[in-house]
Order: sequence, then structure tokens, then C-alpha cells
Amino acid sequence: MLIYEQSRAGRRATAQAPSETAPVDHLPAALRRKRRPDLPQVSELQAVRHYTRLSQKNFSIDTQFYPLGSCTMKYNPRACNSLASLPGFLARHPAAPATHSQGIMACLLELQDMLKFVTGMHAVSLAPAAGAQGELAGVLMIRAYHDARGDHERREILVPDAAHGTNPASAIMAGFQVREIPTGSNGDVDIDALRAAVGPRTAGIMLTNPSTVGVFDRNIQAIAETVHAAGGLLYYDGANLNAILGKVRPGDMGFDVIHMNLHKTFSTPHGGGGPGAGPVGVSKRLEPYLPVPLVSRDGDRYRWLTERDRPESIGRMTAFGGNMGILLRAYIYARLLGAEGMRRVAEYATLNANYLLSCLREAGFQPAYPQRRASHEFIVTLKREAKELDVNAMDFAKRLLDYGYHAPTTYFPLLVPECLLIEPTESEAKEDLDGFVDAMTRIRAEAESEPQMVKGAPYKLPVRRLDDVRAARQLDLAWRGGTEAGQ
Amino acid sequence: MSNVPADLKYAESHEWIKDNGDGTATVGITDHAQEALGDLVFVELPEVGKQLAAKDACAVVESVKAASDIYTPVGGEVVAVNDTLEGAPETINDDAYGEGWIFRIKLDDAAQMGALLDAPGYEKALEEEG
Repeated sequence: MLIYEQSRAGRRATAQAPSETAPVDHLPAALRRKRRPDLPQVSELQAVRHYTRLSQKNFSIDTQFYPLGSCTMKYNPRACNSLASLPGFLARHPAAPATHSQGIMACLLELQDMLKFVTGMHAVSLAPAAGAQGELAGVLMIRAYHDARGDHERREILVPDAAHGTNPASAIMAGFQVREIPTGSNGDVDIDALRAAVGPRTAGIMLTNPSTVGVFDRNIQAIAETVHAAGGLLYYDGANLNAILGKVRPGDMGFDVIHMNLHKTFSTPHGGGGPGAGPVGVSKRLEPYLPVPLVSRDGDRYRWLTERDRPESIGRMTAFGGNMGILLRAYIYARLLGAEGMRRVAEYATLNANYLLSCLREAGFQPAYPQRRASHEFIVTLKREAKELDVNAMDFAKRLLDYGYHAPTTYFPLLVPECLLIEPTESEAKEDLDGFVDAMTRIRAEAESEPQMVKGAPYKLPVRRLDDVRAARQLDLAWRGGTEAGQ
Repeated sequence: MSNVPADLKYAESHEWIKDNGDGTATVGITDHAQEALGDLVFVELPEVGKQLAAKDACAVVESVKAASDIYTPVGGEVVAVNDTLEGAPETINDDAYGEGWIFRIKLDDAAQMGALLDAPGYEKALEEEG
């Protein structure tokens, strides 16, 4: 039932407290609304129950295995949120001057330094407020670099076809043209196609490594040499940083600019849709262009570096210094783990992924890149099941819900037909991974014996199989029933 | 096995193209492509009058699974688009080679058609794709 349907005229949140409406005579008549807004009129208890029930219908990382992984929702230690929510942090006004913000600025400076260390970059700015904004900041810096050298012909950004969709979008927003580079059947970038594509128009390449197909590109050195030799720069999309954290550093791979999704790797849930934080790290030659503000220290005082200190900066990404809550959680996470803990993140994330991959392979599922080891995630293709049993990846995903598992990413990346992209993360226990393999095996047996049943799943959830085609063709998102308040 | 009519030409990116014999050609997506995409929910058509080079991305088809660019197999000027797809994208699922055509193009050079795959060639490409 929608909360609007529970609405009764005159019902107030404070049921027993005397209700008084403050007069609004002091406001000019022209500014007063003629009609009450169409808001549901329910008691506080009704509102609490309504939203609690909705939350119970959710799948969540707190209740179920959630193989969307760090891309969406890895487990974030409670301590990070508790400490980032200390009153001194929470109550700080974003416009508070540096003299009143020394504590938080000390944390931010340390975070800048820790991110520099773990990525091997020369300098870091925490300013971008999301991953895509970090990408935009990154490509704007590439543009500023070429422009400062009078190299105005470099207007093309190369993007492998296994890239995140945001990569070409960010490049185009920054005024570049995009040229796609194909992926070979082994999952690596097609190096010959790359060599043929680079030239005097090449501004740079945007690369995710490990890539969206879940493998570490073994040609990374050759890619770096090819693009650098042509005068282009290398951009590292940090979406899959979880796989290499503390083990391999993008700076050492030759990247010139990187963005990190603190809301994926560093202890903020991403699945809620925001807010995020997408700090950028750069090599020495790009440092002047970093977005402001940056935090610096003179003696024992911390201060903001702004446009005045950094005239070549690409400017500001947000009104203030970035999303402080996310930055604080990342700071606390990094301090909790230290360099040793970060290496363990990468080791266990890849160990869990490879364990799950090998169990699923033994159970008869087909890896998309059978000759490759997984990074932190891997792809299984169900094209054989779809062809032979007429039960496709979406049917498996829906049936997994009945077994109590959130479905993995389905039908992404687009390169692989009928795919499930599975990322268990470092936090799952072996027993939970075994349970998932068991569920997948049972679903395949069901698909063989009663395919129609699997195609009708889920059966145990509050909502059954949705008509997603009709929902997309006939969008209907807004409540139009009105409430008694509005009448 | 999906349907691959013998009288059409094909691109490896799963478009079909039909020579209309009057200097224009009609372009759509193949039966295999519509089946792989699943139920289509949205089609973005090119603009009539737009000049395209071969292999330009010029339209988008979107299903509940994926959004996919359509590449023109040949260069030329867009002379007509199938407006009915805007309100009824499922026409492509129902009749990919007929009512589900996407646009008509005035060929820059009729010789371009020769470089495209014929039906057996496209079938072979599908087999290799597995």
C-alpha cells in the first residue's frame, strides 16, 4: 500500500499533541500558497511502520550475499560511519573558516597523502563529488595540459569498448571526440588496433584495469608506451581499484591521471545512488591543473589552497571542498586498514572471486574468458543454458532471489551474451560463497527439469516477476490520486 | 538459427541493408540482433537530411537489457526514417526485415554495397561469434 493511500484528512504526525498552526499573516498574500500541498496525512507511527516494512522488503548487504560487489555495495565497516558521524564533524558548517576547521583539514591532508601513497600518484585533489565528476576533472586536466603546450590538435580520446559507459560520456563533456578500441577475445585491449589508432590527434586513453570484463590487462606496459610515444596521456578509471589496492599502483603502471571512487572501495555504500566522492590523482606534469580546493600545511596550520595559489587549476567541481562525510569515512577506513590491510583487501577480493569462479566452473558453468584468471570479479555466460534450455541469465537472476541471494549484475558488460558479472568482495566467508554455488547448481537442475517454473520466478518475494518491458514502454511513476489535503 | 534472407546485404555489426535499385538503400537490424537484444522499448532515429559516413553510429535501439548503437553500413544522406518505431519499437521484434526498417539512405557511391557481407557471409560471421 502506498503511503498516500493511508492518508486521512486532518491526521497529523504528532497525534496527541495539541495542534496549532502558526499564522502566516506576515507573508505577502502573493507568496502564500492557495492550496495545501498534496502530502500524505499520516501519524508518526504509521510513517515509521510504512518505511520499516518497505526496508524489510529490501535485499541488503546486511542481510544477504550481494554479488554486485564493490561496484555497488561491498561491506563497509560500521566503525567508519560511527567515527565520521562524531558531532564535531557532523555539526561543522561548510562555510566555517579554516581557523575553525583545523581538525577536519588535518584528516583531509592525511587522506590526500594516503591516496597518493596507495595509487603511486604525485598529487591528489579530493574535490570531485562523484566518480563521473572525477572522470570529468581528469579529462579536463588532460585538455588543459595539451592546451598549455599549444598542442590544440589533440582532441581525440581513445576508449576501449569494455570501458564503463561514463568514460566516453566524460570525454565528450570535456569537448573531446571519442574513438573506440576493440577488446580481443582474451579480454585484453587489442594492441594492434591501439597502435593503428594513436597519432597526432591522440589526447589520451581512458582505461579501467582490471577491466569491466574482470581481467587484468597484461599489456598495460605496451599500452602505456604506445600512447605516451604518440604524445597522449593515460587516464585510469579507478572503478575496479578494489582488485589491486596496495598491490599494484596505477602510478607505477605509467598512468598520468586517476580517479578513485571512495564510495566503492573506501567504505561508503554506493548502491543508494549517492552522494559519492571521486578524488583525482595525477602525475607531476598534470599537478598544476588539479581542481581546487586542496589542503596544505604551513608549519602547524592547515590551509586551503584556492584559485589564488593555483592559477592554472581547472577550477572548482563543487561549491565547497567535496563531500566531507564520504571523505571522512575513507580517511577512517584507510587509517583502520593501513597499508597491510589494503593489501589484504586486494588479496581476499581476488581470492574470493577466483574461488567462486573455479567452483562455478566445476559445477558446469561457462566462464566468459576460460583461459583467464579472475581479478576481483568475473563473468559467467549462460548462452548455452539460454540456447539449450531456453532459460536465460535474467531467469537465473530472478530465481536466485527465491534462494535468498541478490542477483549479480546481468547483461553487463554488453560484449558478453547472457552474462552474469559476479563480484563477491573480500568480506564474504567461504560458507557463503559455497551457498551461492549450491543455489546456482540447483537452479540449473530446475532449469533442466522444469524450465517454465524457473522462467516464472521469483515466487517468495513480495513482488513477483515484473513486466519490465511494459514498465519501460509505459512509464508511470507519479502518484496521481491526490489526497484529501489537496482537495 | 535466426533468419538471414538471401536477398539482403549485412554488416558484422548486425545491420541489414537492402538495395532499392534507385540509388537508395534501406537499413534495419537483423533478426539475430533483435533476438539478442530482446524486447525493444525505445528507438532513437537519425535526422532526415543528415550526411553519414560508412560505419557512423547514427541511431540507438534500447531494450530492457541494453542500449545499442546502430551503425550505417554505407555512407550517404538519410532520406527517410521509420517514424512508427517511435511509438511502437516492438515492430522491430515482430518484423525486423519488413515493417521494422529503421532508415533509408541515398548512397554516396553504389559500389559500397559490394564490400558488405552477403547472406552466407553473415551466417558464417554469426557462427564464428558463437
